[in-house]
Amino acid sequence: MLGILFIGFLVLEGFDYGVEMLLPFLGKSNSERQAIINTLAPVWEGNEVWLIAAGAVLFAGFPHVYATLFSGLYLALLLMLTSLILRGVAFEFRNKDISKKWRSFWDWTIFFGGAIPAFIWGVAVVNLLHGLPIDGDMEYVGDFWDLISLYTVTGGLVFVVTFLLHGTAYLALKLDERFSPSIRKTGIIIGKYAIFTGAFFAILSFLYTDAASNLIASGLLLAALWLLVYCRHFMKKHSYVKSFLFSTLSIVSINSAIFMALFPRIIVSQLDPSWSLDIYNSASNLLTLRVMTITMIFVLPTVILFEVWKFYIFRGRVSTGETNLEYRELWIQLYQKINELIECASLISVKVEKIKNRLKDTEYQLKEYKTLIHRGHQLVNAIESVINSLRKWKSGL
Amino acid sequence: MDNTALGLARIQFGVTLVYHFSFVALTMGLSVLIALIETHYVRTGLESSKVLAKFWGKLFLVNYSVGVATGLVNEFQFGMNWSEYSRFVGSVFGPPLAFEALTAFFVESVAIGIWVYGWDKVSRLAHLAFIWLVAIASNYSAFWILSANSFMQHPVGYLLDNGRVELKDLVALITNKYLFYQYSHTVLSAFVVAGYFVMAVSAYYLLRKDHVKIFKRSFKIGMICSIAATSLVIATGHFFNQYLVSVQPMKVAASEGLWDTAGPAPFVVLAIIDQDNRRNTYEIAIPAGLSLLASNSLKASVKGMNDLQAEYEEKYGVGYYIPGVSVLFWSFRIMVGIGFSLIFLNAVQYWCWRNKKIESYPILLKMTVWSYPLPYLAITTGWIMTEVGRQPWIVYGLLLTEKGISKVVSAASVWASLATYSAVYGIIALAALYVARNTILKGPYN
Repeated sequence: MLGILFIGFLVLEGFDYGVEMLLPFLGKSNSERQAIINTLAPVWEGNEVWLIAAGAVLFAGFPHVYATLFSGLYLALLLMLTSLILRGVAFEFRNKDISKKWRSFWDWTIFFGGAIPAFIWGVAVVNLLHGLPIDGDMEYVGDFWDLISLYTVTGGLVFVVTFLLHGTAYLALKLDERFSPSIRKTGIIIGKYAIFTGAFFAILSFLYTDAASNLIASGLLLAALWLLVYCRHFMKKHSYVKSFLFSTLSIVSINSAIFMALFPRIIVSQLDPSWSLDIYNSASNLLTLRVMTITMIFVLPTVILFEVWKFYIFRGRVSTGETNLEYRELWIQLYQKINELIECASLISVKVEKIKNRLKDTEYQLKEYKTLIHRGHQLVNAIESVINSLRKWKSGL
Repeated sequence: MDNTALGLARIQFGVTLVYHFSFVALTMGLSVLIALIETHYVRTGLESSKVLAKFWGKLFLVNYSVGVATGLVNEFQFGMNWSEYSRFVGSVFGPPLAFEALTAFFVESVAIGIWVYGWDKVSRLAHLAFIWLVAIASNYSAFWILSANSFMQHPVGYLLDNGRVELKDLVALITNKYLFYQYSHTVLSAFVVAGYFVMAVSAYYLLRKDHVKIFKRSFKIGMICSIAATSLVIATGHFFNQYLVSVQPMKVAASEGLWDTAGPAPFVVLAIIDQDNRRNTYEIAIPAGLSLLASNSLKASVKGMNDLQAEYEEKYGVGYYIPGVSVLFWSFRIMVGIGFSLIFLNAVQYWCWRNKKIESYPILLKMTVWSYPLPYLAITTGWIMTEVGRQPWIVYGLLLTEKGISKVVSAASVWASLATYSAVYGIIALAALYVARNTILKGPYN
């Protein structure tokens, strides 16, 4: 069950992360970037819930794993959470201001919000199999650097490139067709790297862990490689639906391979194999497990249906036309300036009335009157420049 | 400042939760108000209601995205900083969190995506259904989170086994009486926040004499919501406190600054508290006031902290069972004080509203705009009272807070995370305020 949740999370967040990492490279102009973000905007929250659900189910079902893992990988998790927080708000904040600095700041938080979690998840999952320094009391006794080795870093890179591939397939499906050639080209290049790192990772898995002794796990690992090859193949042949399907399956099978190789263990101890956390010594009591299983049997299909329906509602491609924000911003500015002008004019008429009524402090009133007229002039000039730039924009289109 | 991992982790927990809840509270209340506005639009087809729903929707989203983004930290924090606690309670504490994610948050996050981007992709009625789903799911998710918190405050439905608590009775867990009081009090406070938020923004427009007609309507919605919610919050708070006298007498005694058992017990209005010598150096008190509040009688005795301390030592062994009294005493007073000043402000608003010309009372409108932070301060002090009042326990009567901390996480790591979260949360808060300000300045028609 937990496996399903976690893999569900990786498949859905996988393309999120992939798309996010592609953002600075594929999106050349602001409106292109916004279009890329708009492919994710309606769905990213729904995808992140899978992570929250997986975390909570882990907490309920296997409190020891939850406690050991989260306190052990403290700094890595801190890094991941920070980047996830920032990218979460970035989706909402990015298009709320037209300044370049503002936008590029949030663009980069989105990029790192994809790259860092993808890499850390890879490193973390591979570490479960490779083994962590865990003592007899189920406590993690290493430090941050114990997480890093050739094998685990390769694992992190595998996650990054497969997510990138998954992201390109998603974009090829969701983005306006005029982007397709460049997406396809990127996808083919990434596909090549995905196959190489995947193969390297498989070799390392057989060398460093006992995955080779587990037939299902090694089968799945090889299947994942085969799926990656086909994913790239379909990308070349312009059949993006199949390509997306195959990238999904390859992520599923890489992770199933790791979980299969682990089973029944959840975290392998490097110090002494008998100190490993497995599904028996780290589980909750029977009632909790039963309650959780029953709920998930009922809830998960509903949730999946609901999500499918959502993707169906947003099935259309996203084009840049919907997101011509700068153009809109100019109109808004114009509207505001005109409003200010109207305000100014009404103030002037009030002053005129006052002057008419009371001829006493004429000199002072006249001064104010003059400054108001001056302000009016300025506003008219400003409006003129806005209109000019709008004209330019139109002729540019 | 407490520089141990324990002290820092407690600060971190407080900061991240209060921050998260400030946004969540507005989400819970505002989603219902938006749903009501959109219902009005669907029923009457009035275009200005649609404009309003969309406008509040924009502000809602800014707030919602911060709430979601920071929620992740709260869930992961238990494992990161409080891993021994997680081992101890996982079997009971985990399921409510899992139910929240699986049943409430899934629905909410899918529905909000469709609501925001689906204005012209689904039918009007379906669109309305989605905002109601968001509203119901966000209030329903609070139920699960608070049922987890209620277990920490008043554990029920568990079994002590293998040196940890194990779930014995799920029904008992969710019919916890503590949960009933806490849930009603918390949800209502969320509506106070939302009501005042709507009123403050509307009052700003009324002051500018901008879109007066539609913002008079939203002012009315906010006012009705906050009048109802504020008075009910005060009522539930009163009964909640009476209930606390029986389950957490120490919390009540500390928040009232009552050191010795007294019958009748006075209500201490103001006091200078000397925790080291266990007495108040100076106090202004109303005789028999606390007895009246706590048990509706002028003579009833209320237990004081010194006697409770002796009682607990007998029950749980030697230890110091008195929480930070000054913190509790003052946060309780701030919370209650704000509650009453808000209801007073509500009364004035209502009186001016009856004269039909709310826009001709600029001073009142200004006060409404500036009273906007008060509900936030009240919910913050409310949570401080709840959580500090639980000390020294992390699970009341079962596990001490100092036993719940992660064994392997150093103070330096907690420092690092505390500093990082503070910086990131600060940036996000500023950015959110900036974005909200831009949205408000642009007005509802853009």
